[in-house]
Amino acid sequence: MTPSLEIKNLNASIGERAILKNFSLTIPRGEVHAIMGPNGTGKSTLAKILAGHPDYTVQSGEVFLDGEQILGLEPDVIARQGLFLAFQYPSEIPGVTIANFIRAALVARQAKGAPFDAKAYYAQLYAKMDELKMDRKFTSRFVNEGFSGGEKKRCEILQLAMLKPKYAVLDETDSGLDIDALRIVSEGVNRLRGPDTGFGVITHYQRLLEYIVPDRVHIMWDGRIVHSGGKELALELEAKGYDWVKQELATH
Amino acid sequence: MNTPTTTLGILDAPAQTRETQLFHSADWFAHLRQQGWQRFQTLPMPTREQEKWRFSDTRTLSLEGYAPAPAPSEADVAKLLQRSQLISHPAGLMVHIDGHCVLEPQLSPELAKQGVIFESLEKAVKHHPALLKQHLLQHPVNLGGDKFQALHQAWLRSGYFLYIPTGVHVAQPFVSVQWTLAENSAVFPHALVIADDRAQGQVLDFHFGAQLDSRALAISCCDVHTGQEAKLERLSVQGWGQQTQSFQVDNTCGGRGAKIVAINAALGARRARLENTVRLEGPEANVNLYGITVATDGQEYDQRTLQIHAAPHTKSDLLFKNALLGKSRTIFSGLIKVEPDAQRTDAYQTNRNLILSPEAEADSLPGLEIEANDVKCSHGATTGQVSPEELFYLQARGIPLKVAQELLTQGFLEEVLSKVSHPEACDLLRTLMQEKFHRS
Repeated sequence: MTPSLEIKNLNASIGERAILKNFSLTIPRGEVHAIMGPNGTGKSTLAKILAGHPDYTVQSGEVFLDGEQILGLEPDVIARQGLFLAFQYPSEIPGVTIANFIRAALVARQAKGAPFDAKAYYAQLYAKMDELKMDRKFTSRFVNEGFSGGEKKRCEILQLAMLKPKYAVLDETDSGLDIDALRIVSEGVNRLRGPDTGFGVITHYQRLLEYIVPDRVHIMWDGRIVHSGGKELALELEAKGYDWVKQELATH
Repeated sequence: MNTPTTTLGILDAPAQTRETQLFHSADWFAHLRQQGWQRFQTLPMPTREQEKWRFSDTRTLSLEGYAPAPAPSEADVAKLLQRSQLISHPAGLMVHIDGHCVLEPQLSPELAKQGVIFESLEKAVKHHPALLKQHLLQHPVNLGGDKFQALHQAWLRSGYFLYIPTGVHVAQPFVSVQWTLAENSAVFPHALVIADDRAQGQVLDFHFGAQLDSRALAISCCDVHTGQEAKLERLSVQGWGQQTQSFQVDNTCGGRGAKIVAINAALGARRARLENTVRLEGPEANVNLYGITVATDGQEYDQRTLQIHAAPHTKSDLLFKNALLGKSRTIFSGLIKVEPDAQRTDAYQTNRNLILSPEAEADSLPGLEIEANDVKCSHGATTGQVSPEELFYLQARGIPLKVAQELLTQGFLEEVLSKVSHPEACDLLRTLMQEKFHRS
C-alpha cells in the first residue's frame, strides 16, 4: 500500500461552531491534491488542525501519517513526523533570524547532542535561496519581519525545501502574490514534487493550479469534500463558479 | 598583598579601620573611607515602606556574615586569569579576585604615550590624586541605595581608573573582570571612567562568581564622566554567583555634545539592585541606556533609573528588557527629570517584560517630572507573555516548546543585544544568556 496522509471522518469546531463535518481525504505520497473551496468553508481550519493547532476542538475522527495516528500530538511532534504546513499568514518573529530559525528546526530533527554541520547547512541554505531568487542577506533578517507578501511566501517555501517533509499542506500560498512571485513559488514547489512527498494545496482560485498542476482536485463545501476529480475539475469550477457546487448539492 | 587575613566582617569598625591603615593610602583617601564608614553607621537599612524600595523584598536583605577575603592562592589566580581572557585584543585587561588586583593592564606604548591611564584604583590613588579627589564618589544622587554606597566607600579599595585624554580615540575595549572566589566574600568594585573632550573609547565590565552558586556580597559603583563631544560605550555584565547579593550604583555624566551608550546586563546573583543615574549636563548630550535581564527561579532584579536633563537640546533614550522564568521577579522604576533650563529635551523610557512562567512577577513604575515647557518626553511599559501564534509557528517547524520559548526570548532580547557594538562581547553575552536559559 502506498504510504499516505489519511484523514478519516474528522469533526472539529472552534468554540461552539462546527467547522469540519465528517471530513475525509487521503493524499498518497507522490501526489499533489488540490483542495478548493469558497471562503469560510473550513480549508484553513483543516490545515491548522492537521498541524496540531491548540485552538480547535476535535470531536471525532482520525488522521494517519504513513499509518501513524497524529491527531492530538503536539505541533512539533507532528512536524517532526513529517507534516509541513505552509502558512497563509506566517508569523513575524522579531529578533530571530531566518538562518537561526531553520537551523533550530533542523537541529530538532537530529539525534540529541549530535553535531550540526554548519558549513553544509549554509551551502544548502544558499543553494535553495538562489533557486527561490532570495537575496542571501535574508539569512540575517528576522523571520517575516517587514517582509512583503511575496517574501513571506518564498520564505515558507524555503523552509519547506530545507525541512523536506513527507507531506506538505500549502494554505492559500497564492494569496497576496503577484504573477512573478506566484511563478517563483510554484517552481519552488514543483522542484520538490516526487515520489517521496505528498502535497495538499489549498486554494480559492484555479490560478495557482496552472503552475502547480494537481493530480487530483477536491471541492470543499461546508466542512467536507463534496466533489473530487482530475485536474480538469478545477477548470470546470473556474468556468461555472462555486454557485454550481451549491446547486449540485441542492439537486443531490 | 598587604591585606590581612581577618575573621572580622564588614560590619566591624576595627576591621574597617585596620584595613584603611594597612592600605597605606593617602590621607585624603583614608578620610574618604572614614566618611563613608560614618555615614554607613547613621543610615538605617531600607524597608519596603520607602517609596524608593517599593516592591523590593527587603526582608531577605542582610549584610551579616560577609568579610573581605584574603588574597587568592597562586593556583586560583592562574585558573581565573585563564577564565578572564574573554576578549581577544583588549586595549588593556585588569583582573581582580575577591577585591585583590591580580592583573594590572599593560597598555601599548602608543596609548601610554598619548596619556591614556588604565590602572587599578590602588595605584591611581597614589599616581593621580588630583583627578581622583575631583571625581571619586562625588555624585550626590541617591536612588535609595545610600547605605550600600556608604559601605562601598568605607571599604573602597578595588577597581580601576580609566582616563582617555582630550582627542584620543581608542578602538579596542578596556576590559575589567572582577571575581568573587571565597565563600561569603565581600567585594566593593569601583570604576571611575573619564573620557575627556572629543575622546572615544569602550569599556567592558564583567562581574563573575568563580562558582555558579558563589555566595558573596558585591557593592559596586561606576562613575562615568564625559567631556565635550566625547563618545563612550560601556557594557556591564553582572554575572555574580547565584547566592550573591549585588548592589550596583552607576552614575553617568554627559558633557556638551557627548554621546554615551550604557548597557547593563543582569544574569547573576540571588538579588541584584541596579541604581542607574544619568545626568545630561551639557547641551546636546545624548545618552542611550539599555538593560537586559534573564531572571530565573528565585532571583530578584530591582532596577531603579533616573534620567536628569540639566541642559537644553539633550536626548536620552532608555530601554530595559527583562525576561522572567520560574519564580523570579523584576522591578523597574524609572524617572525622567527635566530641569527648567533643559528646553528642547527629548527623553524616552521603555520597559518591556516577557513573562515565561505563571510564577514570575514583573512590576513597572515609570515616571516623569518635567519643569521645562518645550520638551518631547514619553514613557511606556509592557508586560506580556510569548505570543501563542508565534509559538505555534515555531512548533509547526518541529521546534520543541522549550526551544521555541528560548528562541522567542532571545528574539525579544536581541533588540538590546544588538546594541553591544563589540562582536565578541555581544557573542559572549548571548552565550551567557543561552547557558542560563538551559540551566533553568
